[in-house]
Amino acid sequence: MLDHTPTPVMERTALRINPAKTCQPIGALYAALGIHRCLPYSHGSQGCCSYHRSHLTRHFREPVMAATSSFTEGASVFGGQPNLLQGLATVFTTYDPDIVAVHTTCLSETIGDDIPQIVGEARRQEIIPASKHVIHANTPSYSGSHVVGFANMAAAMAKAFATPIESKKRGGDRAQINIVPGFVDPSDMRELRRLAEATGLRPVLFPDTSGVMDAPQTGHHQFYPDGGTTIEQLQNLGRAEATLGLGYWASRPAAVAVEDKSGVPRELLDLPIGISATDRFLQVLARRGGAIGADLEAERGRLVDLIVDVQQHLHGVKVAIFGDPDHVLALTEFCRDLGMHPVHVLTGTPGKRFVAEATRILGDKAPHSNIGGEKDLFLLHQWIKNEPVDLLLGNSYGKHIARAEDIPFVRVGWPILDRAGHSLLPTLGYAGAIRLVSRMTDALLDRRDRDAPDHEFELVM
Amino acid sequence: MTEVLAARARQVARAGTGGVDLDCDRQSTSGSVSQRACTFCGSRVVLYPIADAIHLVHGPIGCAVYTWDIRGALSSGPELHRLSFSTDLRERHVVFGGERQLEESLDELIARHSPRAAFVYATCIVGVIGDDVDAVCRAVSERTGIPVIPVRSEGFQGSKRKGYDAACEALMSLVGTGDTAGIPRHSVNLLGDFNLAGEIWIIQEYLRRMGVTVVANLTGDGRVDDIRRAHGAGLNLVQCSGSTTRLAQQLRQAYGTPFQKVSYFGLDDMAAALYGIAEHFKDPEMLDRTRALVAEEIATVLPVIDECRADLEGKRAAIYVGGAFKAISLVKALRLLGVRTALVGSQTGTAEDYRYLAELCDPGTVIVDDSNPAELSQFMATEDVDLFIGGVKERPMAYKMGVAFCDHNHERKVPLEGFVGMANFAREVRASVCSPVWQFTPRRARAGRSGTTAHTGRAAAGAAIEVMC
Repeated sequence: MLDHTPTPVMERTALRINPAKTCQPIGALYAALGIHRCLPYSHGSQGCCSYHRSHLTRHFREPVMAATSSFTEGASVFGGQPNLLQGLATVFTTYDPDIVAVHTTCLSETIGDDIPQIVGEARRQEIIPASKHVIHANTPSYSGSHVVGFANMAAAMAKAFATPIESKKRGGDRAQINIVPGFVDPSDMRELRRLAEATGLRPVLFPDTSGVMDAPQTGHHQFYPDGGTTIEQLQNLGRAEATLGLGYWASRPAAVAVEDKSGVPRELLDLPIGISATDRFLQVLARRGGAIGADLEAERGRLVDLIVDVQQHLHGVKVAIFGDPDHVLALTEFCRDLGMHPVHVLTGTPGKRFVAEATRILGDKAPHSNIGGEKDLFLLHQWIKNEPVDLLLGNSYGKHIARAEDIPFVRVGWPILDRAGHSLLPTLGYAGAIRLVSRMTDALLDRRDRDAPDHEFELVM
Repeated sequence: MTEVLAARARQVARAGTGGVDLDCDRQSTSGSVSQRACTFCGSRVVLYPIADAIHLVHGPIGCAVYTWDIRGALSSGPELHRLSFSTDLRERHVVFGGERQLEESLDELIARHSPRAAFVYATCIVGVIGDDVDAVCRAVSERTGIPVIPVRSEGFQGSKRKGYDAACEALMSLVGTGDTAGIPRHSVNLLGDFNLAGEIWIIQEYLRRMGVTVVANLTGDGRVDDIRRAHGAGLNLVQCSGSTTRLAQQLRQAYGTPFQKVSYFGLDDMAAALYGIAEHFKDPEMLDRTRALVAEEIATVLPVIDECRADLEGKRAAIYVGGAFKAISLVKALRLLGVRTALVGSQTGTAEDYRYLAELCDPGTVIVDDSNPAELSQFMATEDVDLFIGGVKERPMAYKMGVAFCDHNHERKVPLEGFVGMANFAREVRASVCSPVWQFTPRRARAGRSGTTAHTGRAAAGAAIEVMC
């Protein structure tokens, strides 16, 4: 497949080749896994659910549980209400979740199923036990991307549970801060919580897939692992000083929904990848009552020490970055901070904001960079053929390009289908930045070692 | 958690308990956590390996993404099949239709890549918004001069099996359009082999040594022009019975070509397949060559199998795979390794397949159709298996339970077909079952058993079952 990409770039209107995005429902399913004892539910054909579970399993290497309406020909003509009613009945009698998070698919959206009405009917018929919850998000596969699906389901959590709460603190409690973490790994959610706790605040992450999609080996297949945001936590979102939405695409709708429902103010931030974005994240926590102690200062100091040690290897390195918009923008800023030149930055997710933000971040480099919103990897490959780079950053779908063009490749983002361990170690925060710098430098130096003639092959670098 | 969904009682049985008559090829119960996929998936897996064709997924982006290069269906030449082409339908297309999008996409792809054919897969919403895919394909075909074939694979039509049928229909439209001149009498088509990890090349080499010509691969390492002349072959060999038996039946009806169902997994079934071919052609010299080939190959791999068997004797396995025919071969292959099958099931088996499985397996073996994670993990625990053979969704479940795993599905990376494949299978199973890591997994540690103690055989296993049950 490596030689099917011609170098000349031609205008394309109708066709997508080698996508840099996927559909909304998988993002909604992933978000729903971040609620404790929640069963995600796909209202559509059974293939959607099967594909989403397989794809998530390939990245996280964890079992992924989700139910499906298993649409039939009849449902596609007469509507999916009977399937959803039957499905909810099956789910509550068989799998006993505390909450079911229903998301739609292109099929159920196109035939126009009204999910709140059907869920209401299920309540009326007492299919849903009184103590149980059903929330829903509309996630048509033909708009947005998987990131938007994640955002919509995260917002659905806030819409369903957030209420105004007058007395913010309960006796002796630390101040609560809500964090919408974005479409990131469980390790990243764990790291965000650790950082916020280190400032003395009491973070509530939603969704929170740590402890769910990185569950420990126990010898049992636990249908509902121990992790996830609890319903009680969701019901208490209104108790917070503020909601931090990390990443405009994945987290803004949820932060807005909390504010709308409970009056808790929102703060929208970039995904804290790299030093500047992590600084801003901690500054906001400090402004909201947290304290940046000596430990955090030292952690940052170790990162600064590392980037000073390796700056000569990174300065001027030409890099191509692709993936989800929140990730790509944050990575672009970090690469700029390190003196690298992001020559190509690209996302498959729609949204005009991407090009504007990338242009702002790139600053004086912007006129010398290709910036693509709602583009695909076929185009990225063509860009790279025309303007080669020294390093490629992105998810596993970059491996074909990296091989064809013989470029060092650092896997970051989602999905990573061909390596393990990425969901256990953070990319976010200072710890994540240390890991990123180390991996980028390793990739570049490994390449230099590989290509060095014997007499220039050195022990000390 | 309920033991087995009440509605599923007719899809689970035990061998040795009288007539097994599973109610299969049913739509999954709404709300169940089914391991099954859809019609689109069935069509896509069958046609995907045709390497010099364009495979355009007409629909929103997801269906194209989830089937992009997920399968090591290797090609010895062009690799067009490994690219992901989608019309990426958006809201405006749902409202105004996606026919123009489809037509422009086809024109562009055909102009750039000069494929020998194009397959257009209809996804769920294409059926609902009413695009006339057939008309677009016809028009583009006339304009470009290559076959542009619509595949009726809307996901809501049902399970994978429906998709297999749609794929077979698409293939039938190609067969018969090529010139059959020069095809020898001793010739075959290979149906239902997808060349994962290069498996079809192993089979082709056996056939070459026997003196049999392969006309077309359907579809592993497949080429459009070969498929067009597939009706000239003397015999069709059908592996993976679930997906292409219908095609073989149609070929027999249309062109009078006989077919044989074969399995290339395990020594017995592999040898039986080759002898079956030699007998079909009624050529004594070919039969001699086949005997020599089988003897030579088995002699090569037997030492490996014996060595693995020494470590595996007495172990218990669970099998849950796509097609029942594969499950049958696996039961036999495991038996050769001294491993007992405690659970066997498939996504798409027929009542007949399950009856045969019930006869083949030891009494007490659990037999399931269209299972789900809760059921599988429950049986894995109660049957105390040491090994699970399945696909991507089953792997982490098995690992969580401290059970070894072998991928016998899309994600296998070493060839498991052929005599050499049996040796690979034995090595792979042993590597996982006997890994020292199991001693650290709580379930095995509690039971006082691990990969390292597994070598002591039945006594340890017996003690462990007492603890576990």
